[in-house]
Amino acid sequence: MGELQLMKGNEALAEAAIRAGCKGYFGYPITPQSEILEYLSEHGPPRGMTVLQAESEVASINMVYGAAGAGARAMTSSSSPGISLMQEGLSYIACAELPCLIVNVNRGGPGLGTIQPSQGDYFQSTKGGGHGDYRLIVLAPSSVQEMASFVFEGFDLADRYRNPVLILADGALGQMMEKVTFPAYDPEEHRILKPWATDGARDGKERRIITSLHIQPEKMEELNLRLEAKYNLIREQEVRFELVEAADADILIVAYGLSARIAHRAVDLARERGINAGLLRPISLFPFPTEAIRALAERVRGVLVVEMNAGQMVEDVRLAVEGAVPVRWFGRMGGIVPSPDEVLQVIEQMDGAPQETVAEEVYQ
Amino acid sequence: MTHEILIAGFGGQGILSLGMTLTYAGMIEGKEVSWMPSYGPEMRGGTANCIVIISDNKVSSPILTRFDMVVAMNQPSLEKFESSVKPGGYLLYDSTKIVTPPARADVTTLPVPAGDEAIALGNPRVANMVVLGAILDILEVVPVASVLKALKQVLPERYHAMLPLNEEALRRGTKFSRTPCEAGDSPM
Repeated sequence: MGELQLMKGNEALAEAAIRAGCKGYFGYPITPQSEILEYLSEHGPPRGMTVLQAESEVASINMVYGAAGAGARAMTSSSSPGISLMQEGLSYIACAELPCLIVNVNRGGPGLGTIQPSQGDYFQSTKGGGHGDYRLIVLAPSSVQEMASFVFEGFDLADRYRNPVLILADGALGQMMEKVTFPAYDPEEHRILKPWATDGARDGKERRIITSLHIQPEKMEELNLRLEAKYNLIREQEVRFELVEAADADILIVAYGLSARIAHRAVDLARERGINAGLLRPISLFPFPTEAIRALAERVRGVLVVEMNAGQMVEDVRLAVEGAVPVRWFGRMGGIVPSPDEVLQVIEQMDGAPQETVAEEVYQ
Repeated sequence: MTHEILIAGFGGQGILSLGMTLTYAGMIEGKEVSWMPSYGPEMRGGTANCIVIISDNKVSSPILTRFDMVVAMNQPSLEKFESSVKPGGYLLYDSTKIVTPPARADVTTLPVPAGDEAIALGNPRVANMVVLGAILDILEVVPVASVLKALKQVLPERYHAMLPLNEEALRRGTKFSRTPCEAGDSPM
């Protein structure tokens, strides 16, 4: 590990992109992630990266499509409304099976919304925000260190599975400063052969075609089945999550990103009050840690999902819990961040509530 | 030991850089740290604040609603965040910018005439360093030497000629915190 630095999440992510051997960044400024473009504009080109401010998000994602097709490590970043504009391109990239990195520093919505932190893009990120049957690998950092680390991991996963990887952060993680160290990472050692890349057909090389158009239904279904097989492999191989005080927990909180940090504090406060609370933090949102949640649900009295949205991940948690115990949800929206005290109050209610009362609230 | 501090004031008063300097010093001391700025549509003359956490343990939530210390560098910030000090905590404010002093009896209020001191030093912009000096003396969160090292990192190089003035302001600040109004006393 290298030298310890104090950096903003956005800057740490940008620095990591250069160190990960990203050769092309294409983006358009939007708060709260403009520091990524700003940092890369200054530091990228001298270190071998093409950094281009495109005319729009639609152009950005299609430039990523092109650069990734040529076999280069390529990325873009934006925030919620900008990511919405990219969905068509993302669907094409997923269909063409091109590795690349997309970063969404989530802000409050819908619409142009607010620039404050939000997790309102969970559905869009994990359920296929664009058209057609496809999945992104979605990593959710909860610290500045992970804003950096997940860039390396993201590019490696993208290359391994020939699939776009999305880092889903939020405004607070982009803006806050924490300690960060960059791992020793030599992009050359992580370079894999890309025999599909359209990097020139000179010297009698066989013609290669990258396309997302498969007009014959039989060919299209063949591709759909191959994609599904790949997504199933990803579900088997790439689930990531963190447990905090979960072993003896009576009440299990499930939260990701910034919400997980807040929930962690709430767990500490609850434990000080003699309530055995614990936390499961999904790190990969796709693939979702369904099995881990299901296993814990058999041991706890209740599950609480904390999100900065109107209740999105809670649907996946309920699918995992399968009614084994009551699942409650708590969240704030519009760029408001829930406080540890608010979460604690809900934990205390759950702790004091007779089973029937909690169960009723599930169906409200 | 964990210190959870909110620093608030007008945009342009050096609120964010004050917090950043403190955070950097914490890192130099080998502590776990986080610095969370308010980043709304802020501008010069608007309000700005940041949350600084310096701890021996991993920092859980970087965003909090109750603090060991609130530092208010203007009247609107004092009014907004007076209620956010934990009982028994500290409410430190720039007394030269406060018309209505805080009323809480269950916290220690610390008036520091940072604005006046900075003007006496010849530059009103170092009021934030006077305040930082006062914070360091009260909380003993990091040594002054580490803060001076941090200042070199946080202050852009083109301003390094200002380092001695900042250091002087910091040292002046440490004098004022030793005469706090005890809980319930009127600070005026």
